[in-house]
Amino acid sequence: MLVLEKNEMTKEIEQLVNKYGFSRSSLLPILQDIQRKHKAVPDFAQQEVARLLDIHPVEVYSVVSFYSFFNTKQKGKNLVRLCQTITCDLAGKKSVARALEREIGIKFGETTKDNKITLEYVNCLGMCDQGPALLVNERVYSKVTPEKAVQILSEIK
Amino acid sequence: MESKEKLRAPISQKPHVVEKPKDPSYIGGTISIEINEKKLSVPLGTTILEACKEYGIHVPTLCYHEDLCMAGVCRVCVVEVEGMRTLQASCAFPITAPIKIKTSTPMVRKARRHIIDLMLSEHSGECYSCIRNSNCELQKLAKEYGVDHYTFGHVDKPRYEVDNSSYSVIRDMSKCVLCKRCVRTCIDLQEVGVLESLDRGRETHIGTFLDKPLSDVICINCGQCINRCPTAALRANDPSDEIWNAIDDPNKHVVIQTAPSPRAAIGEEFGLPAGTSMTRQMNTALKRIGFDRVFDTNTTADLTIIEEGTELVIRLYKALVKKEQVSLPQFTSCSPGWVKYLEHYYPEYIDNLSSAKSPQQMFGALIKTFYAEKTGIDPANIVSVAVMPCSAKKFECNRPEMNDSGYKDVDYGLTTRELAQMIKEAGIHLPEMPKGDFDSPFGEASGAGLIFGATGGVMEAAIRSIVEFVTGKKAEDVFEKANIIPLRGFDGIKYMEIPIGNEVGTVPDILKHLVPDWNWLKGATLKVAVAHGTANAKKIMDDIKAGGKFSECHFIEFMACPGGCLGGGGQPIPTTPEIRKKRAQAIYAEDESLVVRKSHENPYVIRLYEEFLKEGPCGHKSHKLLHTHYIKRGRYIA
Ligand code: SF4
Ligand code: SF4
Ligand code: SF4
Ligand code: FES
Ligand code: FES
Repeated sequence: MLVLEKNEMTKEIEQLVNKYGFSRSSLLPILQDIQRKHKAVPDFAQQEVARLLDIHPVEVYSVVSFYSFFNTKQKGKNLVRLCQTITCDLAGKKSVARALEREIGIKFGETTKDNKITLEYVNCLGMCDQGPALLVNERVYSKVTPEKAVQILSEIK
Repeated sequence: MESKEKLRAPISQKPHVVEKPKDPSYIGGTISIEINEKKLSVPLGTTILEACKEYGIHVPTLCYHEDLCMAGVCRVCVVEVEGMRTLQASCAFPITAPIKIKTSTPMVRKARRHIIDLMLSEHSGECYSCIRNSNCELQKLAKEYGVDHYTFGHVDKPRYEVDNSSYSVIRDMSKCVLCKRCVRTCIDLQEVGVLESLDRGRETHIGTFLDKPLSDVICINCGQCINRCPTAALRANDPSDEIWNAIDDPNKHVVIQTAPSPRAAIGEEFGLPAGTSMTRQMNTALKRIGFDRVFDTNTTADLTIIEEGTELVIRLYKALVKKEQVSLPQFTSCSPGWVKYLEHYYPEYIDNLSSAKSPQQMFGALIKTFYAEKTGIDPANIVSVAVMPCSAKKFECNRPEMNDSGYKDVDYGLTTRELAQMIKEAGIHLPEMPKGDFDSPFGEASGAGLIFGATGGVMEAAIRSIVEFVTGKKAEDVFEKANIIPLRGFDGIKYMEIPIGNEVGTVPDILKHLVPDWNWLKGATLKVAVAHGTANAKKIMDDIKAGGKFSECHFIEFMACPGGCLGGGGQPIPTTPEIRKKRAQAIYAEDESLVVRKSHENPYVIRLYEEFLKEGPCGHKSHKLLHTHYIKRGRYIA
């Protein structure tokens, strides 16, 4: 990161700390805001959050690595995430997964060459009664079938 | 905004804790309980585990450690509480109502056995090729519960690569049982914050920021995590193979210096009770192992007092008389963990650190210059080993600037544990050794050098000398038996004021070239403080930054490890509050038994200044060999 970018980031985090308050419990909302804006929580941002909340960088990283919805490096522009937890698995996750891989042409955990789509698994999205559940960026789709998956993809392609 | 105090506690993962009443005799202050059908009464808030201990009922534990906040993560300590659907973790269950507890029912035993079996199923390691063999809490549990086969299987390959990037601490996460003691140690006790659990579910592991190797993150090498790890997942970087090689090489002259704390603790490795001093037995054992010379690090601890004390006098003189800008308070610099902590977190204060090297490094520089000259041995053939209670000393001797003798000043830092292993390997039972002396030309040291091993010791040693220098009185006339009690004990932070009074003495010869007289100190009050454990150091530093009471101090002693060196990360495992107390008693008792108890009265140190460091303390030669500089490292990890 360039010095200028770093200063910008520091300022941004200072504002977030002001917004959510100087407290450990502000950690998640602060990280979420950073993730939303930058599509990642960069290394430097994690260290600044730690410094400004008077905790340790590894504590921030511990949280970042715990949640699938945080990542340290930018991913594709669109995030396609399929629930892999047991209920969705029983409801037919596998065929949806195959359809997704075929349609986008990459495997789970990968990003397309044009950086447009990242495909990955996530754990339970809380939609177990309507599985398989698929999350595309911030929108949740339920009862997804392979056909429906293809159609959903066409909207972001 | 919440206050910072509130933010740091409840610290990392402290669950529900109930304050114990100060006076349990008030109504509701004690609670009647039943353990295994025995009626007992305990103060409100006592945990089930504490109650069991109190009444001699054994409950196994793993994640619990007396020094750390409770975690309740391993569940090995479960017991049955009547009326509760599930088993309860006794270490994390504060008693607030009358309850009936059973500690050994079929359900309890089965649960414990399952927990142990599950841990073993993921634990890669063979006890006979393991450094913790016969001192491992997991192994002990397996034995206690009669594990004779792997109920849930056993991993055949290590899951993680060993991280041996650090000079001090080696991490072998395939042996980790996720008790998080190291996490709590590094965050709560030390406030360094290197380790946390990363990822989730079965991928969970203990790691560093961005899972980097330990040498690339801000670890101060204190080894406190090693000392609290129940298994061999964390261990020190052991140089004993290289040392054996040097001993076996007829061309090498191998010398060893022994710090004050190992001698007060090494007996524990041979089954002696904590607090048994082994100074003289160790001297003989070291000779029998094959070390050519055995020196006492306390000698250079005495030297440190003279150099560091002189530096303080110079700083004070500049500030008070010459009205120059100088950095005060002066900070001690003998704890390499503390030094690195400051370099990272308070780099703007490195000028406050005394430029005097630690006793280990002073000795290193002297051995390969003064001693080599005197004996006519080529310093290139000298191998210099230091027995230390400390894992950070391994890092310190590898700091690139530590080669003022023209060679690597100290070749190897060896911990108390590693030395004990070498002694055992040589077939020696330490307690049976006859007593032996330290070798010339450094000989015996003073009691002041000895108490460096306990928190407050450096300050006490310094005050004994400074008071005599400045007031001309005997330290014994100012403090009873020259024992400075306010600086002793295990309070996290100690503070003391020493009024100089209106009578001053004459300037001793070795300081004559620096100050003309002591009149400028008439009526002054010397303010000093002591902190041990970097969490306490942080408190003082933040106070200084905010311009608080400690910013008015003149001299502050910092030790990275809780209890000072005697609680160092290289000391025998376990180290507990009780054990630290015993080791301190051993050190203070030995100090009182010595004739020479002040650094400036150490005849060998006096001779050093006459023969070798002729320009006196902080003179040119001293500066070259005995002083150093520090690096502003900063807090960012690239
Ligand atoms: S860590 Fe303990 S249980 Fe594991 S191999 Fe070593 S001694 Fe055995
Ligand atoms: S050696 Fe000290 S600073 Fe380093 S990880 Fe262990 S406890 Fe933390
Ligand atoms: S490294 Fe040791 S102390 Fe840390 S969690 Fe693992 S077993 Fe526990
Ligand atoms: S299991 Fe897929 S949403 Fe819960
Ligand atoms: S010792 Fe009680 S849960 Fe680990």
